[in-house]
Amino acid sequence: MAELIIFSLLNGLVYGLLLFMLASGLTLIFSMMGVLNFAHASIYMLGAYIAYTISQYVGFWPGLIIAPIVVGLFGALVERYGLRHVHKYGHVAELIFTFGLAFLIEEFVQLIWGKQTVAYAQPELLDFSLFEMYGSTFPAYRGFMLLVSVAIFVGLLVVLTRSRVGLIINAAITHPNMVAMLGHNVPLVFMGVFGVGSALAGLAGVIAGPVLGTAPGMAVVLGPIVFVVIVVGGLGSLVGAFVASILIGMLQTFAVAVDYSFLQFFGHLGLDMDPDGALSDLYTVTIAQLGPIMPYMLLVLILIFRPTGLFGTREV
Amino acid sequence: MSNMSETAGVARKASFLSRYAIWLVPAIIVAIMPPVLDSNVAMAVLNQMGIAVIFTVAYNMMLGQGGMLSFGFAVYFGLGGYFAIHGVNIISEGGWPIPLPFVPFLGGLAGLAFGALFGSFSTNRAGTVFAMISLGLGEMMASSSLIFSKFSGGEEGITTDRTEVPPFFGVEFTTEQEIYYLIAGWVFFAVFLMYRFSRTPIGRIANAVRDNPERAEFLGYSQKWVRFMSFSVAGCFAGVAGALFALNYEIVTEETVGALTSGVVLLQAYIGGIGFFAGPIVGAVIFTLLQTLMSNYTEIWALYVGVVFVGTVMYAPAGLTGLIMMHIPVYRVGRMGKLTVPYARIALPALICALGAIGFLELWQHISAGATGESEIHVFFMTLDYTSPIPWIVFIAMFLGGLWDARRVAPAVADTYGNALHYAFTGEDQ
Repeated sequence: MAELIIFSLLNGLVYGLLLFMLASGLTLIFSMMGVLNFAHASIYMLGAYIAYTISQYVGFWPGLIIAPIVVGLFGALVERYGLRHVHKYGHVAELIFTFGLAFLIEEFVQLIWGKQTVAYAQPELLDFSLFEMYGSTFPAYRGFMLLVSVAIFVGLLVVLTRSRVGLIINAAITHPNMVAMLGHNVPLVFMGVFGVGSALAGLAGVIAGPVLGTAPGMAVVLGPIVFVVIVVGGLGSLVGAFVASILIGMLQTFAVAVDYSFLQFFGHLGLDMDPDGALSDLYTVTIAQLGPIMPYMLLVLILIFRPTGLFGTREV
Repeated sequence: MSNMSETAGVARKASFLSRYAIWLVPAIIVAIMPPVLDSNVAMAVLNQMGIAVIFTVAYNMMLGQGGMLSFGFAVYFGLGGYFAIHGVNIISEGGWPIPLPFVPFLGGLAGLAFGALFGSFSTNRAGTVFAMISLGLGEMMASSSLIFSKFSGGEEGITTDRTEVPPFFGVEFTTEQEIYYLIAGWVFFAVFLMYRFSRTPIGRIANAVRDNPERAEFLGYSQKWVRFMSFSVAGCFAGVAGALFALNYEIVTEETVGALTSGVVLLQAYIGGIGFFAGPIVGAVIFTLLQTLMSNYTEIWALYVGVVFVGTVMYAPAGLTGLIMMHIPVYRVGRMGKLTVPYARIALPALICALGAIGFLELWQHISAGATGESEIHVFFMTLDYTSPIPWIVFIAMFLGGLWDARRVAPAVADTYGNALHYAFTGEDQ
């Protein structure tokens, strides 16, 4: 039991911090431009694929730096020539544009790298186990992921709360017109935030690719979960995104490990239910099976009962 | 001014025949399709098209008419399908005395019930909140269909055999043609009902709530109730479409309720044009044609569809129907002739640009997915060797040259259109 809890905690933390790297950019982009960027997870996928191609020639480590930069530039271009153009048609058009972009990126990825999972491997340098406990090992690469994510979180927090750039960004979120009046180039700030958000998503892709698999489906798997994270945490709230990332990460990893069904629960209450009855689907289902839908249940519940999210100040 | 009053007079004199021609002409075309085409493949394509038409028009009841952007509309389509399959299975075992053509009512009821259930809490607000709830519900139902395998058959889905149902006036629905007439009948029935709904007071108020919910509230209409009504009715028709899907393919899987189906319906509606009742019909027809015809020639048809979609969102947000409709006033005053030459002038470089892009992408596709050792491919009925640089250079030059020229003449063409429109409304040249 202790083994299960410790490893689920660690894996939940790794997964949660990975979610945070995506969610932080997404929530910043949303709070500035009011756009929920559907293509954010596709940009994460792009990061993984570009890093894979780079790793083919010069190894893993240069890819860790170059891929996020390339992806960040791509993001900035998308904002400059795509989103800004669509902006005049309203938020729904922007949402649909990013949705189309996500579709397009997936098709292009399939065109360039094929439909199969590519062999993007973790560096040999980190190919050992960090520690061993109760007979299970914890790979060093996961430790590395943890380290990178924490560094990004701390770095973001420092930049946004302690630096002049962070001051302007925070001001542009709430009072864009006033910031423009003071002589700052607000569209440039938007483009920069979009670019940096995309670079963070790309970095998440670079470090997650070797563990979660680099395949054309990776964006679709993670994309909706990241939406859940930023809505649950509260749109525009970095702290909220952090808490919600860890929460969702833990929820999913723990749920997978719990093999307990309502049938057993009713059994403890002394109720005998027919495991083959017509409605047996409803109570033979185990918590582990429900794992994938839990985040979405949480999303729907939060949107109904607390549309500001856990830490947000404004509604979706 | 004189032109304006003349047009109004013509509209008033519209006879019964010309009012219903818009329904009669398509009905006749649809009715004579099977003997004219006389091919099972064409029938299969048309069946798919009919189902897509109902589904997309239902979707546009929410997006275009009600202002609700849904990312999980496949839920009602899929549930309609599941219930129809279970219905057909029960009927074949002698459970219910329902003839096969009435099975879509079952799907419609299922869609209505779930539309009302989910609509009851998701229609409080429109905009992003609604979009997010629909996304969450869509993902939830798609995952649930894998979990609750007794109802949905898990990954394999559930199947049925429509020919086991007792014949309906001697028709057993064994051939593509028979199911075609069943689907065609339902398309007309459902689209007509949806059209009538859009003309009822509630359908009109849905437009008001879309444009300005606050003012609609001041007029005494509850915006939530109006949205809830549109949502439930749209769910009902999606269920009908899902049931027809189930009858046509005799299988419903997790994919039918999944995110891809939800995405495709948004694509269809938007490409066709969400601002017009006919828009989604055009979108569904074009998309199905693109999908079925293009997939015979190219592996990357979805990529082209994606490019068309993003292009529509960026440059023609009113969709294909919108492009046609913006020429109606110009056509009425007989000024289309003046537009032909400028349009041809821009169409030529645009075509060259598109051909260059397609050629380039096809070459690329064959590099990444082509059989090894083979270097010859067929593009535009030509045989090209993709190891040689010449086709690459030609295609890139076509793309860039066409793009450059098209962008160069675009402002002048837009001006010509603006002048023609100005003439149509004022009767004088600028």
